[in-house]
Amino acid sequence: MKAEPKNVNTGIYYIDGDVAAGQGALAAGCRFIGGYPITPSTKAAETFAEIAPKAGAVFIQMEDELASIATIIGASYAGVKTMTITSGPGYSLMMETIGFGAMLEAPFVILNVQRGGPSTGSPTKTGQADMMQARWGSHGDYEIIAIAPESPQEMFDYAIKAFNLAEKYRCPVMIMADECVGHMTEKVVIPKADTIELATRKFYKGPKDKYLPFKPDKDLIPPMAKAGDGCNLYITGDTHNEKGYPISSQNLKTKTHKSTTRRLIDKIKLNADKIIELKEEGIEDADIIVVSYGISSRVAVKGIELAREKGIKVGSLRLITVWPFPDKKIAELAKNIKAFVIPEINYGQVVFDVERCAHGEANVVLIPHGGAGVHHPEDISDAIEYADRENKKIEKIIEWKTKLEKLIFEKGFKLKE
Amino acid sequence: MSTLKTIKSNEVAHPMENLLRMDRIPHIWCPGCGIGTAVTAFASALDKSKVDLDKVCVVSGIGCTGRVAGYVKLDSFHTTHGRAIAFATGITLGNPDLKVVVFSGDGDLISIGGNHFIHAARRNVNMLVICVNNFIYAMTGGQVAPTTPLATYATTSPFGCVEPPFNIPYIADSSGAVYVARWTALHVRRLTNSITEALNKPGFSVIEVISPCAMYYSRINKLGDGLDMMKFYHDNSKIKHGEDTKNLDIGFQTPITVGKFVDRERPTYTESYKKWLSDIKKEKTK
Amino acid sequence: MKTNSKILTGTHNLSGNEACVEGAIAVGCRFLSGYPIQPAIKIMQRFLSRAYKVDATYVQMEDEISALAALIGAVWTGKKGITATSGPGLSLMMEHIGLGVMLETPCVIVDVQRVGPSIGIPDHPGQGDMMQARWGSHGDYEIIALSPSSPQEMFDFTIRAFNLSERYRTPVALMADEYVAHIKEKVIISPEKEIKIEPRRYYKGPKDKYLPFKRDKDFIPRMVDIGDGYKFHVTGLTHDDRGYPVMNEECQEYNVHPLIWKIRNYVDDIIDIKETKIDDAEIVIVSYGAPSRIAIKAMKEARKLGIKVGSLKLNTVWPFPEKRITELARKVKAFVVPEMNYGQIVLEVERCSYGNANVVFVSYAEKNVDNVDDLLSAIKQVIKEKEIKKEIIEYHT
Repeated sequence: MKAEPKNVNTGIYYIDGDVAAGQGALAAGCRFIGGYPITPSTKAAETFAEIAPKAGAVFIQMEDELASIATIIGASYAGVKTMTITSGPGYSLMMETIGFGAMLEAPFVILNVQRGGPSTGSPTKTGQADMMQARWGSHGDYEIIAIAPESPQEMFDYAIKAFNLAEKYRCPVMIMADECVGHMTEKVVIPKADTIELATRKFYKGPKDKYLPFKPDKDLIPPMAKAGDGCNLYITGDTHNEKGYPISSQNLKTKTHKSTTRRLIDKIKLNADKIIELKEEGIEDADIIVVSYGISSRVAVKGIELAREKGIKVGSLRLITVWPFPDKKIAELAKNIKAFVIPEINYGQVVFDVERCAHGEANVVLIPHGGAGVHHPEDISDAIEYADRENKKIEKIIEWKTKLEKLIFEKGFKLKE
Repeated sequence: MSTLKTIKSNEVAHPMENLLRMDRIPHIWCPGCGIGTAVTAFASALDKSKVDLDKVCVVSGIGCTGRVAGYVKLDSFHTTHGRAIAFATGITLGNPDLKVVVFSGDGDLISIGGNHFIHAARRNVNMLVICVNNFIYAMTGGQVAPTTPLATYATTSPFGCVEPPFNIPYIADSSGAVYVARWTALHVRRLTNSITEALNKPGFSVIEVISPCAMYYSRINKLGDGLDMMKFYHDNSKIKHGEDTKNLDIGFQTPITVGKFVDRERPTYTESYKKWLSDIKKEKTK
Repeated sequence: MKTNSKILTGTHNLSGNEACVEGAIAVGCRFLSGYPIQPAIKIMQRFLSRAYKVDATYVQMEDEISALAALIGAVWTGKKGITATSGPGLSLMMEHIGLGVMLETPCVIVDVQRVGPSIGIPDHPGQGDMMQARWGSHGDYEIIALSPSSPQEMFDFTIRAFNLSERYRTPVALMADEYVAHIKEKVIISPEKEIKIEPRRYYKGPKDKYLPFKRDKDFIPRMVDIGDGYKFHVTGLTHDDRGYPVMNEECQEYNVHPLIWKIRNYVDDIIDIKETKIDDAEIVIVSYGAPSRIAIKAMKEARKLGIKVGSLKLNTVWPFPEKRITELARKVKAFVVPEMNYGQIVLEVERCSYGNANVVFVSYAEKNVDNVDDLLSAIKQVIKEKEIKKEIIEYHT
């Protein structure tokens, strides 16, 4: 299906990432956004509030983030494409209901413009420290999809991609942007509506009385019926069977019921190859591979350039989708290289998965950064140089000491007077 | 114990030096904002009410008013968005001898923290809540708030607000607050008196301070600068003590009723809890 | 802090939840704020029924968000405090776990895990919140999590949780599960003088010189109580030693990196693992919580069959004993990890084994955790594996 022309403001713009995300959501056919103001994501909500009414879409500002996420899951079951917009603290508040949405297999998108954390942290500065939270933040086992854009153009493009994935796999999809990308102003091309391909939700077409809300097709995804279709839906966050009815502890003991929880994980894991999108550059003959995502991959470009000038064979693997994690790809690459170098604006999150999938075949070097800024390209090139020199297999994550860390903890931190 | 310092002729000092964190001044508030006035009234009230400053604790949430905790020279906590009252409940139950003041904005206390507001009022937890109401989320750049009057513009209601606003004194009254008053940033003397009175009152007290937001609310709605808003308050505020809180709705640029509306006695949570503890002890030792 | 001599020294028949409360009272905890949720309700009830004897404060808040917020507030008045919840409640607490970390507030959060995600099955045990405990709040931080496997351990670990939280000034999670919380077993409560209590590290210097986040030699900033006249300010924003917000790269590094170091530098002191028959083991069962009860059984059964199996029980799950697993991986053929979820801690085991040993996952999610057969059959199958598979193995029974 193509995008509707009324939703697409075709043209070439000079806008920031947040605005581009708002435009992207509308172009993807989003009909409902429930949000709550939080820096640095507010501009995306404001943009949607401004452009939505003309296209017949709705923006509502809820009383908090708990309500925002609950309202969009409701809207999702009313049959429309929906999204919410937030940042770290709001994202933490959404955790309970993200699990609820995953359990209900409601398609929806969350835009998280990450900032410096933990707690209130640095609201106007950047960070990438919610990556593991996106994967593990709600209680119980579930899987989600997370995409990390690196430019305003990608904020637009991947907003559309996120909606397509959500509708297709009936799961929460997170756009894990960061303050840099959100507030960065660049050229954004919004193409013509007929060039934008949209996925449509698989709706149930069979007889109403035969509908089982959680009975999957072969692709492990159940067709959806929306509220008001006359299927007498019973949808619950309780662990449920195909009918949607809760399973009790007693049911489990007597093994009379099978829950759908395992499938929540399998439908993503087994479809991972179709979901995962990576960008590879110069990895064929590389000794060192820089694994990066989001704004860090833009900084890494310079670091890689510096290292190549010194004659080191460096490749770049950019994770466009961070979750599900490309286990197989990393394991394959590990066999032929010396080391992975991972610059992240946190003290080690995605690096743990790289370490896990490398299975000791390649060294793993983490370049940490506390946030409120991006890496120094020289830190990246220095780490690459070190990784190239190191011929021993080191069976733990090598934490690179950055210039900033040395500056502050060796020379002493001065209080601002 | 008077805390206001007398200034010697050769000494340059702020008269409220003892009550403010001078090492953090200048503050972040915009010219024309009313939060500073509310803080001044609070500081003067602290001085007037003769409370032991060591035993006063200020808790704020997030937002422009949320920054108050960082500027008062008292034990002060800048907590998460909407949870100042919940945090303060823990403090006042942990040490009932403290005088806990929650100083935060309308979005923080009434929107995201609305649930904690009504429940703390219901329990009658010992605390004074000073709620600065500027009708908008100012820290994040002018979004619609639960207090934004109908048809008013904000960045997330670009075609005019369609939701009716909350009447804060009415919520406080009906949830069980023992002291409810409303003043504007213009009524500095009356506000100070009100805070002084409430500081000495056990139980859950609420003082709403209507404040101009010259940066967003008045700019988006073309209401002029801070001074114009103050003139509006001057011309349109009506003092009606004891007015039924039902009648305190605020519309867009409509007259504002101010005054002290509720002053009553109810057992506080701490009192009830202590009584319960001693009753059950007696019963068990019989 | 003085403990009230209201410790029930002696031998009792207690459920895990009840033992947890006795542990808390024994270590001097006098504040509980919570919100009712199964299967953790008994902790609230027991605490309330004991409150009048020990002059403790109990409050049922309006939700889990406020429960943890109130707890952090109360701790700053000088109290030791606890809250008890289960999965959905823990999800709601996530934002304040971050605040607790940022304000470096010692407190204990008990999570009696049930089946998830979402509402799940409230009266069935699960272990699906383990990764959430580590990663659930936004931003970067480290946390300590303990995992008891019996009512006696609920008592002992609650005491240790308080001591660790005071020592490292951080929230500590006690990750129990419904099985351990509801089973009734013998619990021995030792005499008062034998219970080790870590005192809070208070600031002793002049009042006007107090800096709330100035790290002492032991890496921990000193605390003061509200109302003692220090007139300090603390904030969830990135802050300097004075507790004042500073928004730049340097301060972010200065503030947040030590939050990580203060745990990572002391892992040897924090980590507590129990090893059984590991010296000659070819296969090691890595377990925590309720499944470690069957790990020992499976170990014995397997040894009867001639398979050399050892057991490694994680009493502390976070920080993870990375070094020990890496060491063992070089010696053993395989790790077998039983968990009541769809694979969480097994990922950590895979990560730390560096491709030197096979890693087998046995899921006890939505199953009866008394059943040794699944675990035993996995052991029997993995011993036949000839080579190291570089992925997590799951045998389907």
